[in-house]
Amino acid sequence: MTGTRESHQVKRFELLEHTADVAMVAYGKSLPEAFANAAYGMFSIIVDVDTIREVESQMVTVKADDVEMLLVEWLNQLLFTFEVNRLVFKRFDVREFSDLNLVATCYGEKYDRERHGSKLGIKAATYHMLKVDPKTNQVRVIFDV
Amino acid sequence: MIRAQDILEKVDEFRWRVPVSYMSGMRVPGLIYASRQMLEHILEERAVEQVANVACLPGIVNYSLAMPDIHWGYGFPIGGIAATTVENGVVSPGGVGFDINCGVRLLRTNILHDEVAPKVRALVNALYEGIPSGAGSQGRIRLRNGEIDDVLVKGSRWAVEKGFGTPRDLDNTEERGQMAGCDPSKVSHKAKERGVPQLGTLGSGNHFLEVAIVDEVYDVGTAKVLGLDRNGQVVVLIHCGSRGMGHQVADDYIREMLRAVVKYGIQLPDRQLSCAPVTSAEGQDYLAAMRCAANFAWANRQCITHWVREAFCRVLGRCEEDAGLELIYDVSHNIAKVENHAVSGQKRTLCVHRKGATRAFPPGHRDIPQKYSEIGQPVFIPGDMGRYSYVLVGTRRAMEETWGSTCHGAGRMKSRTSARKALTGREVLRHLEATGITVRAGSVSDLAEEAPEAYKDVTQVVAVADESGISRIVARTRPIGVVKG
Repeated sequence: MTGTRESHQVKRFELLEHTADVAMVAYGKSLPEAFANAAYGMFSIIVDVDTIREVESQMVTVKADDVEMLLVEWLNQLLFTFEVNRLVFKRFDVREFSDLNLVATCYGEKYDRERHGSKLGIKAATYHMLKVDPKTNQVRVIFDV
Repeated sequence: MIRAQDILEKVDEFRWRVPVSYMSGMRVPGLIYASRQMLEHILEERAVEQVANVACLPGIVNYSLAMPDIHWGYGFPIGGIAATTVENGVVSPGGVGFDINCGVRLLRTNILHDEVAPKVRALVNALYEGIPSGAGSQGRIRLRNGEIDDVLVKGSRWAVEKGFGTPRDLDNTEERGQMAGCDPSKVSHKAKERGVPQLGTLGSGNHFLEVAIVDEVYDVGTAKVLGLDRNGQVVVLIHCGSRGMGHQVADDYIREMLRAVVKYGIQLPDRQLSCAPVTSAEGQDYLAAMRCAANFAWANRQCITHWVREAFCRVLGRCEEDAGLELIYDVSHNIAKVENHAVSGQKRTLCVHRKGATRAFPPGHRDIPQKYSEIGQPVFIPGDMGRYSYVLVGTRRAMEETWGSTCHGAGRMKSRTSARKALTGREVLRHLEATGITVRAGSVSDLAEEAPEAYKDVTQVVAVADESGISRIVARTRPIGVVKG
């Protein structure tokens, strides 16, 4: 399963073989873009991401001890926002990005099961086989489902 | 291709040792419970590597154990058991898993298949509608400000006091559904925030609720003690965990432990094994928070039990005493327990990690309900969606060899991506309905990933547990109705 942006036919993310969980690699022209595509990929696992409208936005700020943990923090914070604030997002505008810090404006709307569906719950983004590659702008993460 | 005989030492038909020479850093050997047939797949999956990784944990005693349903996890394999000494061993959140106290309970009834058969669809619908499920689902329970702390401390007892079930349910739950030594102040605000809207929800993925019938009884006397009287008897299986609350606790403390390994100078072959000494502040805080999450899961399963009883009452007109929907037992399969065990003839206090493994205490153990004293602790091994589930009891041998533990389920064999390629959700649904199983699922596409073919055959897994002597098979059930998120 892959996600592509129709206009540019560029692969944003793909899901890999993993026995119990879901492994994902996300791509970008830069690391911030790869992080944004990882978030998009994550929401596409949980809901029908194409049905999400951009009617609300929320700023998300995360900090971590290194860039790999930053990826996990970012994704887990979005999961938290989904579960507690009931928001699903489809676009992520990364405003600030460093190895230790990320600030993004996330665009989406309140979760509506009828419209967005309910595909698969994600328990957490894990630290397992975590990879953030600044040379290729690829990130890899395994979700516990 | 790696062959079993190149790496493993055969102990007997069902026990295979991973010698310490397999990998540097191993403090104890590994011991895998599996049939020869299962080994090839276990080796391909590289689960042996994980068994060896766990053997590197400071303070680990005897063996890094693997059950026949073993499969690759993160750091620790799923289907693994590791005990460390409390005095100088470590506790590791990865050895418990993200879904703290994912577990299963079985209810017996006075109802027979014939009676339920014409109403299965209505019953499954009532269960699906009465019990929130699925990713992003919200519960029906409104907690007052701060009440979440009560749930975390009291667990099942909170639920019973609120009218979800009866005090007798507490007698028949591991730890009585309420672990001591919990501390809500060690649980993050985020974890509580996730827990509040999710109390009383089933979740998704491999969590489910199943209406089944007793299909075969292997030990009539023991089955009777459990309240399982005959073939065709309707039972209900509930399989779920601590939801987002537990996942957050796990994440919080895995992160905490990543720092702790640096602080305590612990060398590990895999970051996901991160841990801290059991007696350290970090270790104690994790256990205190984990117990809160465990209690949340028990409260969750207790609330769901009540709604199951309501659905039976509404649809079948069979209520309370008449329905006899009694809880046989509730077991956890992702948890860490501080327990006393004999090690080389001496009593030691150990921190036993069971990740995808079930406690299986023997007859006479004081921690199991009095009425099961003669037979041993009940154990439930849910199969996958279309196939059998099993009821077993714990044995002396388990106590001697596996810290009183056994397997937990079928264990996945196929990845979700390849399961999706093999079958569509609709095909799985059609196949299940064709074999007489009524399914109500929140996500039809997810069904493909949960297809029976994606799992190891639970019958084989359970056979190994029984034939190796670590549990005793009592009965088998087969599903007639399934509710999934």
